[in-house]
Amino acid sequence: MAEATTNLRTHAAKRLAPEDARNAAREVRARRLRAFLFVAPLLVFVMFAFVAPIASMLFRSAYNPTVANLVPASLVAIADWDGEGRPSDDVLGQFAIDLKRLANDRTSGQLAEEINRFLPGTSSVVKSTARTLRRVDDGTLAQTGPALLLDANDAWAEPGIWRALQEAGKVYTTSYYLTALDLEMTRDGSIQQRDTQIYLKLYGKTLWMALIITVLTLILGYPLAFHMAQSSTSRANFLMVFVLLPFWTSLLVRTTSWIALLQTNGVVNSTLIALGLTQDPFELLYTQFSTIIAMTHILLPFMVLPLYSVMRGIDPSYMRAAMSMGSRPIPAFLKIYLPMSLPGLSAGALLVFIISVGYYITPALVGGTDGQMISNIIAFHMQQSNNWELAAALGSLLLFLIIALYWLYDRFIGAGNIKLG
Amino acid sequence: MSTTVNVAARRGFLNAAVAFKKTGGARLNKHSGTDVFLEFDDVKKSYDQKSLVVKGFNIAVEQGEFITLLGPSGSGKTTVLMMLAGFESVTSGTIAIRGQSINKTAPYKRNIGMVFQNYALFPHMTVAENLGYPLGVRGMAKADQRKRISEYLDLVELGDFGNRYPGQLSGGQRQRVALARAMIFEPTLILMDEPLGALDKKLREQMQYEITRLHEQLGFTVMYVTHDQAEALSMSNRIAVFNDGIVQQCAAPAELYEKPANAFVAEFIGENNFIEGQVDRIEGKHAIVTIKGEGTITAEAAEGLVAGGRCVVSVRPEKLFIHPSTHAHDHDIKATFVARIYVGDFIRYYFRLADNKEIVVKVLNDLSAPEFGEGDVGRLQWLTSDCIAFPHSGEMPGVTG
Ligand SMILES: Nc1ncnc2c1ncn2[C@@H]1O[C@H](COP(=O)(O)OP(=O)(O)OP(=O)(O)O)[C@@H](O)[C@H]1O
Ligand SMILES: [Mg+2]
Repeated sequence: MAEATTNLRTHAAKRLAPEDARNAAREVRARRLRAFLFVAPLLVFVMFAFVAPIASMLFRSAYNPTVANLVPASLVAIADWDGEGRPSDDVLGQFAIDLKRLANDRTSGQLAEEINRFLPGTSSVVKSTARTLRRVDDGTLAQTGPALLLDANDAWAEPGIWRALQEAGKVYTTSYYLTALDLEMTRDGSIQQRDTQIYLKLYGKTLWMALIITVLTLILGYPLAFHMAQSSTSRANFLMVFVLLPFWTSLLVRTTSWIALLQTNGVVNSTLIALGLTQDPFELLYTQFSTIIAMTHILLPFMVLPLYSVMRGIDPSYMRAAMSMGSRPIPAFLKIYLPMSLPGLSAGALLVFIISVGYYITPALVGGTDGQMISNIIAFHMQQSNNWELAAALGSLLLFLIIALYWLYDRFIGAGNIKLG
Repeated sequence: MSTTVNVAARRGFLNAAVAFKKTGGARLNKHSGTDVFLEFDDVKKSYDQKSLVVKGFNIAVEQGEFITLLGPSGSGKTTVLMMLAGFESVTSGTIAIRGQSINKTAPYKRNIGMVFQNYALFPHMTVAENLGYPLGVRGMAKADQRKRISEYLDLVELGDFGNRYPGQLSGGQRQRVALARAMIFEPTLILMDEPLGALDKKLREQMQYEITRLHEQLGFTVMYVTHDQAEALSMSNRIAVFNDGIVQQCAAPAELYEKPANAFVAEFIGENNFIEGQVDRIEGKHAIVTIKGEGTITAEAAEGLVAGGRCVVSVRPEKLFIHPSTHAHDHDIKATFVARIYVGDFIRYYFRLADNKEIVVKVLNDLSAPEFGEGDVGRLQWLTSDCIAFPHSGEMPGVTG
């Protein structure tokens, strides 16, 4: 108490004069500006290379103006349609005019693809109708547009394709997220499961594989890091070269060497056959097994490095102290060493897990169909099916998933526990 | 700020000690008997299968003794402790406790308490959990554990600190926890490897006092390692001076200081002057030594001295007096004054002898402290019983301190 009063008194005596306070504030501002200038280039880089793409990905996953730009007039016309039966002839006529224009602009294919996403199998309907309408002159089209449309394909008489058009025409939509979660919206606005479950299963498989890979790297990495931490510096450095070797060879080379090892007439199978252990070669490549084994190999350093650097800092005297107090080596290890190595362990596990959840190249090369992970389907939608919006939705979900996992980790173990060195 | 805390802590400490003596102290009181408790018999250690780090270590320790291993860095002190604790194997020889060899006993079966230089408190456990660890290992019931823990926390005056983590303690407090943890399972032998090395001078002195007090109170045997000779001299029953893997001398502090067995010990313990000379002859326990430019002087003869051989005569700076003085003396040599350094409670005078070697004299800072100008010639006086002649070991020890 007495001390507190003294503190107060000295505090009062030490209060800055206004002039001094202004000088001090100016100095703080100058220092802040200097600090900002130091990181400004990095900030700009990060904005361009990281924040902007992610923001655009998040945006794209819910924003799709393609159809709205292609056939704006048709979408206005169909807005009044009640969704039952065939839309009015006005709508059909307007759409026929729009479709002809698209056919001449050679953009009808885009429209076909977009509609097809909402009603699979309609791509050819749109394309063939567009081809038919291209040759019709404008006058005829204006008068007999609806009839021409219905003649071209029976599908135009059904409500399904028009609903698909309406859906595809929405500029802002949650449908990609729903698709990414294997859900769909029914016409009355409720949400239901899709008939084919693809993506949830894939997310589950991805997490499961990442977990297995993490556990495997842990099983392989922990004893290695422990051994390195116990050995002399020169020996530890020597072993460290082998840990880092995978880092110094190209990822592609490492993955392809797994192909050479695992393929049907590869090293492993020919050895097994030569040893007489099996008659027929095993299917090792293009399986979940090959993805897991190759990724474990590739990600091992991410486990070993943080573990090693934390273990190196654990003085041998802790274990000795425990043993001098009468504890046997294994209980002493579990009670003393393991908790002390936990920061490295959680850093390594988190690193490996998060990297493997988003891993692409290895499953793409050695995974076949069975060993595909979520990033491969994202890549598929970007490169093959051209469905960037769905790819963006899947990617965003992956991002949220990782953030959620990190949050869980922080909640239960504490992010402060992570130690990389 | 910190001084106040230390003083307060220390005061509380004393009270607790008194209280403890009244209540639970008796149970742990010193065993009697003078049988050999711990014995090292020609123990050798090599790490690399080529050279010996410990070259034939012999010592017999009695129950309740406080033995200090003192020696320069790299002389093998830690190695000896590690062999005793069982963390390093013994290359040859035996270590025995109560006549039973423990060479092959696992460390966790030796029942030896250990205080490490870095304390080795488990950072993820509270102070109480740290103290409870050896008890839990021994299967003690929780309630008994709690009682014992609070007893020992009081003993080291940390009664309120049971729920803190080691990271939240000061250096001195950590040290005390480490000490309590090494004692709590009542080992008969406690090893301490430079336990006070990381503390500042004031705290170190306080902890020296505490360790001595606990040792006397609880009666365990201590094997203590230190660099600090003042610490060794003030705390130990006996000191083993170590150099180069060999015990140079193992004796009580006073004997070590007054009667060093060889030039290394004379140089290593305390401050010493060495005057080079030639042994003229040996008469019983005394040697007659020729000093360059001064004729002969008589000194106590150390072992291994041979007539006609070269030798060094050691005289402690505080045993030298500057003429005129009222002290009795047998010898009186001329020396040129070099410098005078004011240290506070005493003054150090530097003189040069005829062979150009420097010699230090410590004079109490009182009115009799003489004044000299540079180059003045003074006379230094001392008693025969205060100087010892050692065989010259080739390389000449300098002035130490
Ligand atoms: N694990 C080891 N492997 C190889 N040599 C060692 C090992 N530990 C110690 N040494 C060597 O043994 C010698 C004695 O070491 P030790 O640690 O016992 O010395 P010390 O007297 O405790 O020294 P300090 O006072 O510096 O602690 C040194 O030369 C040291 O280099
Ligand atoms: Mg040592």
